[in-house]
Amino acid sequence: MKELSLNILDIAQNSIKANAKHVEILLKREGDRLTIQISDDGTGMSPAFAAEAANPFTTTRTTRKVGMGLPLFKMAAEQTGGTFSLTSRQAQWEGDAHGTTVTATFDTAHVDCEPLGDITETILTLIQGNPDLSLTYVYHSQAGEQRLSTDEMREVLGDDVPLNSPEVLAWAREYLQETP
Amino acid sequence: MKSLQELAEIRERSKGKVALREGHNEIRIVVGMATCGIAAGARPVLSALVEEVEKQGVSDKATVSQTGCIGICRLEPIVEVFEVGKEKITYVKMTPEKAKQIVSEHIKGGKPVYEYTIGEK
Repeated sequence: MKELSLNILDIAQNSIKANAKHVEILLKREGDRLTIQISDDGTGMSPAFAAEAANPFTTTRTTRKVGMGLPLFKMAAEQTGGTFSLTSRQAQWEGDAHGTTVTATFDTAHVDCEPLGDITETILTLIQGNPDLSLTYVYHSQAGEQRLSTDEMREVLGDDVPLNSPEVLAWAREYLQETP
Repeated sequence: MKSLQELAEIRERSKGKVALREGHNEIRIVVGMATCGIAAGARPVLSALVEEVEKQGVSDKATVSQTGCIGICRLEPIVEVFEVGKEKITYVKMTPEKAKQIVSEHIKGGKPVYEYTIGEK
């Protein structure tokens, strides 16, 4: 991947495929340290699958036997001296909590750190393809905090206007491009 | 500063327009957005398609949606066009520039750009 924002899009697509109703994308900058966390309330993975999820030869895809999403994200973090972790839980009984959280940290001063890239396009792509998803995006830096919640957007818009209608996407683009 | 309040204005403006939008989408444009597609550049292709469909005034007949891996990863980004009563057209190695051309010639003009389809070199 050329940009971390593309890794984020890719990992969030896993959440959607796991039938998540809610996805949260959290970015935090503290000096040279960047933390990226993607968490969902999807079906989750079995402990055995979760332990092997960052291995390229583990995948749920049916088109081929390799899955590069998590391995690429892990590599992007670790090649900067950063860390990668994944926790997942499947429901044990009806109504039990479930979902997956992927967290990676990056040393942005490291020569091998990919740029964050166009995170706005990543968020817009997720809304465009999944207008009914509950998505929360938070970007926290020294300059302040930027936050977008599709639940809040929907509350104002009502049920008649889909979140992926052109005017709404245009609003979200401008909103996200305002630096905190 | 952009505020959520502006969305309330969008809501007001769109009242009455909603009914017109429904039921006329006979063309489906689908972009492969799995790891292979994303790594090969599907995100800017998707956003170019969304933008051009709106800009060229064909949003009443075409929708843009996303799917997972289409299965031929080395030819990503891949875009498939499904049209009622017609054979599926598969475009490979897409770019935002090609996307723009496909919206004007194929979606708007009705003539697939065969040069970018999977059978052609």
